[in-house]
Amino acid sequence: MSQSRHGDDRTAVEPKDLSGAQRDELSAIIARFETVEGATLPILHAIQSAFGFIPPAAAPIVAEKLNRSRAEIHGVVTFYHDFRSQPAGRHVLKLCRAEACQSMGAERVARLVEAGLGVTMGETTADGRVTLEPVYCLGLCAVAPAAMVDGRVVGRLDEAKAGALIAEVAP
Amino acid sequence: MTMRIFVPGDSGALAVGADAVAAAITAEAARQELAVTLVRNGSRGLYWLEPLVEVETPAGRIAFGPVAPSDVPELVAALADPSPRGEGPPRGGGGAAPFTTHPLYLGLTEEIPFLKRQTRFTFARCGVVDPLSLDDYKAAGGLKGLAAALALAPEAIVDQVTQSGLRGRGGAGFPTGIKWKTVLAAEGSRKFVVTNADEGDSGTFADRMLMEGDPLILIEGMIIAGLAVGASHGYIYSRSEYPHANDVMAKALAIAERAGLLGTDILGSGRSFSIELRIGAGAYVCGEETALLESIEGKRGQVRAKPPLPAIKGLFGAPTVINNVLSLASVPFILAEGPAAFAAVGFGRSRGTMAVQLAGNIRHGGLFETGFGITLGALVDDIGGGTATGRPVKAVQVGGPLGAYFPPALFDTPFDYEAFAARDGLIGHGGIVVFDDTVEMARQARFAMEFCAIESCGKCTPCRIGSTRGVEVVDRIIAGRDVDANAALLADLCETMKFGSLCALGGFTPYPVMSALTHFREDFGLLPPNGRMEAAE
Repeated sequence: MSQSRHGDDRTAVEPKDLSGAQRDELSAIIARFETVEGATLPILHAIQSAFGFIPPAAAPIVAEKLNRSRAEIHGVVTFYHDFRSQPAGRHVLKLCRAEACQSMGAERVARLVEAGLGVTMGETTADGRVTLEPVYCLGLCAVAPAAMVDGRVVGRLDEAKAGALIAEVAP
Repeated sequence: MTMRIFVPGDSGALAVGADAVAAAITAEAARQELAVTLVRNGSRGLYWLEPLVEVETPAGRIAFGPVAPSDVPELVAALADPSPRGEGPPRGGGGAAPFTTHPLYLGLTEEIPFLKRQTRFTFARCGVVDPLSLDDYKAAGGLKGLAAALALAPEAIVDQVTQSGLRGRGGAGFPTGIKWKTVLAAEGSRKFVVTNADEGDSGTFADRMLMEGDPLILIEGMIIAGLAVGASHGYIYSRSEYPHANDVMAKALAIAERAGLLGTDILGSGRSFSIELRIGAGAYVCGEETALLESIEGKRGQVRAKPPLPAIKGLFGAPTVINNVLSLASVPFILAEGPAAFAAVGFGRSRGTMAVQLAGNIRHGGLFETGFGITLGALVDDIGGGTATGRPVKAVQVGGPLGAYFPPALFDTPFDYEAFAARDGLIGHGGIVVFDDTVEMARQARFAMEFCAIESCGKCTPCRIGSTRGVEVVDRIIAGRDVDANAALLADLCETMKFGSLCALGGFTPYPVMSALTHFREDFGLLPPNGRMEAAE
């Protein structure tokens, strides 16, 4: 049954089906890239931005419009870490786990955040509020450890800042 | 008169509160009735001082940092003080402006030693100008390279780049002029210029900083590349992890189009060039050039076997120049100042400057552009000031997750492609990540294998399977099981990955693993080389 895991500002979509309006939206997105060569990634980004994830029912439609096989589109969706096959939590918190952040205690911060939210990396809290994800480098290596919360960057994470982040996303 | 105040909009500055500082300055200036023009510049690259606030004075720009929003009322009050201002930052002598006694006062920005010691060819404007002002760009020497290129035949542009000795800044160090020459000579009804801005290496942020701080230089470099090889369309392939850089880049492209810099009549020359910004989707391997091309084509980011080289058969099967951001951004300087000016700096076969990025556990983290040849120790100890934690340096990883870990014993290594290769390392994209003595090197070796397993594109077996087996072998070593035999097995596996993988992901993962195993044997439960010999007797 429906679990309200999608963001407030996103269109609610059941993974299996698309409504007529959603199909129209999807067609409009695809049409925007009609003249773009190699449009698969731009289209998938636009779909994820509109729906919050790539609805599995969207893949065959994209495949048909791009004249590619369903398997190819499925292959692309599953290859890239960014594309979701189900909605994320209302907030997405990404913690950098790469070497520069490791050297400044990113692992300790990661354990703190995992404990604070009650999830491990890659999971969404049971109330659908927060998805916690690893990221490998935000280019903030001189202000490590770094994180990104809903697109906002945060650097020099320590216990206090990690606590503030947890309080912000899961009050 | 309005006072110009600069607060970086660079994401490294934003991550430590630059937006809040900017808002506080605006609010406080209004409250104290100080007329202020706020400019959101890029970063100067002195990240330990971010947010670095600069104020324009007749003597030059003076800096304060790191500024917190709570510092702002006092700072604005000092700046608003009507007693002598304009004499510049005094070192003794009369006429001291009141702000010179502010605790965060750093003096003239250009005189800060970290900045003063640099040779900035590529980053000359970064942190200085408003990144989205074409007027600023031109006033600071921008478009001179393009103007020179427009007056030259394609072969002559390629010659200049070849003479400069510029080598690919993405890591491979391949001569850029040779690559361009190949594309120029290749037959094709269309050709492409692709910027590899998929800067995924941990410890590197130069591409991001430049795209956020001086995006027009990349556009200028790409147009010159297009003129040189006969391409009229280009792509910038950036990362989804860089939303701010992508936003600035997109705005810069729109500005360039409106100004006729891009389009069908570049600056009235009748030549055409257009640029499309593409964003990846979180796959590290797409930084590998052939995987990147696959990704632009809309496919899984899987590596292509070479040959054919992208220069012959690249994007959509057409001859393609694919260069790193810093390579292309080096080109305007070469065309404007001449190849000799660029080649005059450097070391051995590594000519020009390198944007070294000091990262991780380092006191003075940031971007340091300098001629090749400076030693690793000078970068880490003198310029970087050692670790941020104040503990001894145990290891530095140079060149990203595929780069070797060097102990301080190798700090005499000059920053140069060949010198690092001679010591089983690489400089890659110029990132240096410093670790203090709390790091456990067997765990770092494990992470290198784990990262390779997560990011492998899966096309070739040594990388796809080898990385997973590698994690298991390191786990056995960490657990203390048959340590000598497993260390030998790990070395053997690394040999297979190094010589059997299609691309640098599987091929270079052995660098961090083997360097850790070689230089930090104790961390693997192995006796150091000498001790081991004695024990065996």
